[in-house]
Amino acid sequence: MGLLDKEFSDGNIVIVKVDDLFNWARLSSIWQLGFGLACCAIEMMATSASHYDFDRFGVIPRNTPRQADAIIISGTVTLKMATRIKRLYEQIPDPKYIISMGSCSNCGGPYWEHGYHVLKGVDRVIPVDVYVPGCPPRPEALLEGLLKLQEKIRNESLRKKSA
Amino acid sequence: MLTEFGKILIFIILAIVFIIVTLFISKLIRPNRPTYEKKKVYECGENPEGSPWVKFNIRFYVVALIFLIFDVEVVLLFPWALAYKDYGFYGFIVGLIFLVILGLGMAYEWRKGDLEWARPQIKPLKLDDILNSKSEKHINTN
Repeated sequence: MGLLDKEFSDGNIVIVKVDDLFNWARLSSIWQLGFGLACCAIEMMATSASHYDFDRFGVIPRNTPRQADAIIISGTVTLKMATRIKRLYEQIPDPKYIISMGSCSNCGGPYWEHGYHVLKGVDRVIPVDVYVPGCPPRPEALLEGLLKLQEKIRNESLRKKSA
Repeated sequence: MLTEFGKILIFIILAIVFIIVTLFISKLIRPNRPTYEKKKVYECGENPEGSPWVKFNIRFYVVALIFLIFDVEVVLLFPWALAYKDYGFYGFIVGLIFLVILGLGMAYEWRKGDLEWARPQIKPLKLDDILNSKSEKHINTN
């Protein structure tokens, strides 16, 4: 069915209000997949801990992609891991969001030139919503990335895109 | 006029209707884009190996059952321990009987070998053996 999933093309007041409600609900409870790759994952854990408190933005790590809304690619994406990341991304139910955290997952980082085993940017396998720069990014930077993602979700629409 | 059972019936009907309506509404408005990958079994991103419908050893069932019994025992003993002072010796005896019954069950399952993972073969005792050899011990050792 999916009645409100890009079915209506005109933006009447009901659609706009439902848009606002859905977007507010989605951006206030971005459940991330509990998924750490490398040293950035330590910073991600620090962000989840009490000092920076990811939970106040509604970010809770979930243990299965079935319950997750977002995935934070936190670290070096090796070629072996890339296929797994792809599958995990596929298994997250729609709508899904991706934060690429740190230089390695943004573009390959220090492995750009000689990293024979590293994917040069996770956006080569999955679409990324927000890039967080840093090596690794401080927790404040990850929080900023999350706020950017919330801004992006706030401006989403259920309307059918006109060709 | 509703009887007490009638009220419970209305509760049951309301519960069922509530669940059906909620499921229907969420089915109506949620995005539904199933793919082959999404419907696959989740194994931390790995390729699923074999069927997820694996069989567990039936002996886990005995362990689970024993655990459940003693779990419930603890649950029942907490209010007993709280109200223990008010009932005095009588309350103590009641609790003791309860514990003895469960203890007997424990002794029985211990004797049957349910606490051992590699189950010992228990030979049933025969009256003739006991009468013929008084010095020998009949405790099974294998």
